[in-house]
Amino acid sequence: MNHSEWPLIGGMTLVTFLVRYPVLAMSGRLKLPASLLQALNYVPPAVLTAIVVPAVFVESGELWLSWHNPRIVGAIAALTIGCWRKHLLLTIVVGMGAFLLWQIFL
Amino acid sequence: MAIAAMATPKTTPWREFWAGARHTIPLIVGAIPFGIIFGTLAQTNGLSWAGAAAMSAWVFAGSSQFIALGLLGTGSPVGVIVLTTLVVNLRHLLYAVGLVPYLQHLSQGWKAALGFWLTDETFMVAIQRYRQPDPSPYKHWFQLGSALAMYGNWQLCTWLGLTLGQSLPNAANWGLDFAMVATFIGMTIPYLTTRPMVATVVVAGGTALLARSLPHQLGIMVAAIAAIGVGVTLENWQKRGVSHP
Repeated sequence: MNHSEWPLIGGMTLVTFLVRYPVLAMSGRLKLPASLLQALNYVPPAVLTAIVVPAVFVESGELWLSWHNPRIVGAIAALTIGCWRKHLLLTIVVGMGAFLLWQIFL
Repeated sequence: MAIAAMATPKTTPWREFWAGARHTIPLIVGAIPFGIIFGTLAQTNGLSWAGAAAMSAWVFAGSSQFIALGLLGTGSPVGVIVLTTLVVNLRHLLYAVGLVPYLQHLSQGWKAALGFWLTDETFMVAIQRYRQPDPSPYKHWFQLGSALAMYGNWQLCTWLGLTLGQSLPNAANWGLDFAMVATFIGMTIPYLTTRPMVATVVVAGGTALLARSLPHQLGIMVAAIAAIGVGVTLENWQKRGVSHP
């Protein structure tokens, strides 16, 4: 490892752990209000969607709304099969397959 | 897509562990291409072999590792990369808060281990197990099984990508990182059972698009907070019986 990589990797390790661990470390003394617990139910779908939607529609900072965008086609395929069959692995494989086929043949 | 009932009358730590690993397999399938791409991209963006392997071993946070590579490639200073990592991973703080009710009785060793190995995927799988009504005292073993399966896979895929990167320098352009998108879509669908949840997802997506030019991926946090606020507000309206469109 280069010497210059130590501060980078050490810093990234530290901040990531300091996000994941302290709440758990203090959890014995934490009493969470009911309203917070209610809000937490919404965290996973909100965060995942906020990551996914720009990844699908944005290409180098610009919106790419077109049938030529293989990410849109793959996302629609994953969403359709996922809502229909409710099967996680199938959703991933079909979404990925549609994306790759569209990318290769278009 | 809910995880099938895995409660057995005589559950043991190891049974929970293996069940956790097994139920993470679909998410591992989605993580494989993502990990390989990270490995192939590392060297073209100026990270050494050992540096890339160490990053996967110690940081273990896929999307922030990708963003760090992008910033490295454009010559960003270390401080900026570390700060961006912090912001991108802030969602794990929300996951940790969500796990508090289920982990607060555990030892610090368990909390540190499950904290270190906390990812989107393991959170999604583990939270469904914790919410099942059976009184198994070993549900944290389920989370550990899921976490170690994700971790082992991430290391292997990073090494594979580092190896492939030398023989297939164009592999990074195949778009295999779309696997993350498909995985996250698959993880979101089971939530779409109520109107407030659907509204949350719509607001999250729309806001994330509008806020995409905010620096350091802050748009993700802004969109998530706005969407959670909308979901909670709608749910409270519904509870009070106020009609709304």
